[in-house]
Amino acid sequence: MIAIVDTGGANIGSVADAFARLGIDARLSADPGEIENADGVVLPGVGAAADSMSRIHAKGLAGTLRSLKRPVLGICLGMQLLFERSEEGGVDCLGILPGTVKRLASGPGARVPHMGWNRVRVTVPSPLFDGISDRAWFYFVHSYAAPEGEFTLAQSEHGTSFPAAVARGGVFGVQFHPERSGADGASLLKNFAEVLRCN
Amino acid sequence: MLSRRIIPCLDVLGGRVVKGVRFRGHEDLGAVGDFAARYRLQGADELVLYDIAASAEGRSADRAWVREAAKQLDIPFCVAGGIRSVEDARAVLGEGTDKISINSPALERPGLIDELVSAFGQQCVVIGVDSRKVEGEFRTYLYTGSEAKTRESGRATTAWLKEVQERGAGEIVLNCMDQDGTGDGYDLEQLRAARAVVSVPLVASGGAKRVEDFERVFKESDADAALAAGVFHRGELTVGQVKQYLAERGVEVRR
Repeated sequence: MIAIVDTGGANIGSVADAFARLGIDARLSADPGEIENADGVVLPGVGAAADSMSRIHAKGLAGTLRSLKRPVLGICLGMQLLFERSEEGGVDCLGILPGTVKRLASGPGARVPHMGWNRVRVTVPSPLFDGISDRAWFYFVHSYAAPEGEFTLAQSEHGTSFPAAVARGGVFGVQFHPERSGADGASLLKNFAEVLRCN
Repeated sequence: MLSRRIIPCLDVLGGRVVKGVRFRGHEDLGAVGDFAARYRLQGADELVLYDIAASAEGRSADRAWVREAAKQLDIPFCVAGGIRSVEDARAVLGEGTDKISINSPALERPGLIDELVSAFGQQCVVIGVDSRKVEGEFRTYLYTGSEAKTRESGRATTAWLKEVQERGAGEIVLNCMDQDGTGDGYDLEQLRAARAVVSVPLVASGGAKRVEDFERVFKESDADAALAAGVFHRGELTVGQVKQYLAERGVEVRR
């Protein structure tokens, strides 16, 4: 069973629906025990970083999420929350990955929010992108981006290059919304479930 | 680089897709779920589900069809109509909606924009603006979903576009009322004027009929996305045809 962390203010419904379409057992949960014992965890997110972090704290989930033994996939804001800190609301996040999430710079041809379909270039081979062609289109909606680092798995361009996917051990994050990225997005979610099966 | 987006808009009235002409009179076109599935297969980049009566009737979007769409769709969609509070918005987002669009309630109480942005983030707050030229100036309208209640808001469109961005709007859908349902092509003059003051994504709406209209709106007004309803609903064009034409003319689209 995959536990989708119920952060209350997020697009939690759409991630659950995406797993349901794939026939994968995934359930919303805000129960620390259930999340700890799940085969894998998805941390979804539409919303603001400070708002989501205060919900995570209010539900007593920060400690659980920081000490997960099983693989975790952060989606959009959920990926950003894996880092130490976010400039959005100047809030401390989970600190599972190092660095600060910063606002995307706007410029000619790079309006912020970065909203729409963009190509994703896979820079490090990963089971998460199995069967997905390089430079495939994924759907993004965000104004902040994670820092580049050794954990960068895939990049996208919007004015500048930024991490579209990150991984370190069993910790995965995608800045785009696989649950809203058509067939390639569905493949990615299936790949995450496959990672859980093999680990 | 981002692709330009093609967005079919489903005007929904009581769970049915309808199409009005110049916001006057509505024709029943079919069930929401059938249309959503069709456009997803055609390669639509996104859908807007617009409860056209909700704003005027003072009720929130009917959740049953929102839930159905969320279960079915693996592309993003935005729900518009009758969202008046953070709690309304939270409920709609909880059904699996990616973005919420507000129009009349923002004109009545602009502070709602700030509240929504603070609760959910800028990126899921879309502001719809219904606008037309009156005596040489673009003006913004309220309650355009209902013939009887449509009225001018007292605000110039340019000033309103600036204000909603200052309040944190993440995207703007500019519906050019004089063009809506006419098939005369997008209102390039109005969209260019809007583009000059809009630095967040701008979605053009109203008047699409031919593939050339889509090429022009991207090349001549620099809109980020083009929204259309009747031309797709009546089957005069498919999203795929529009995208093929655009790709052949150097406009970046997802195919």
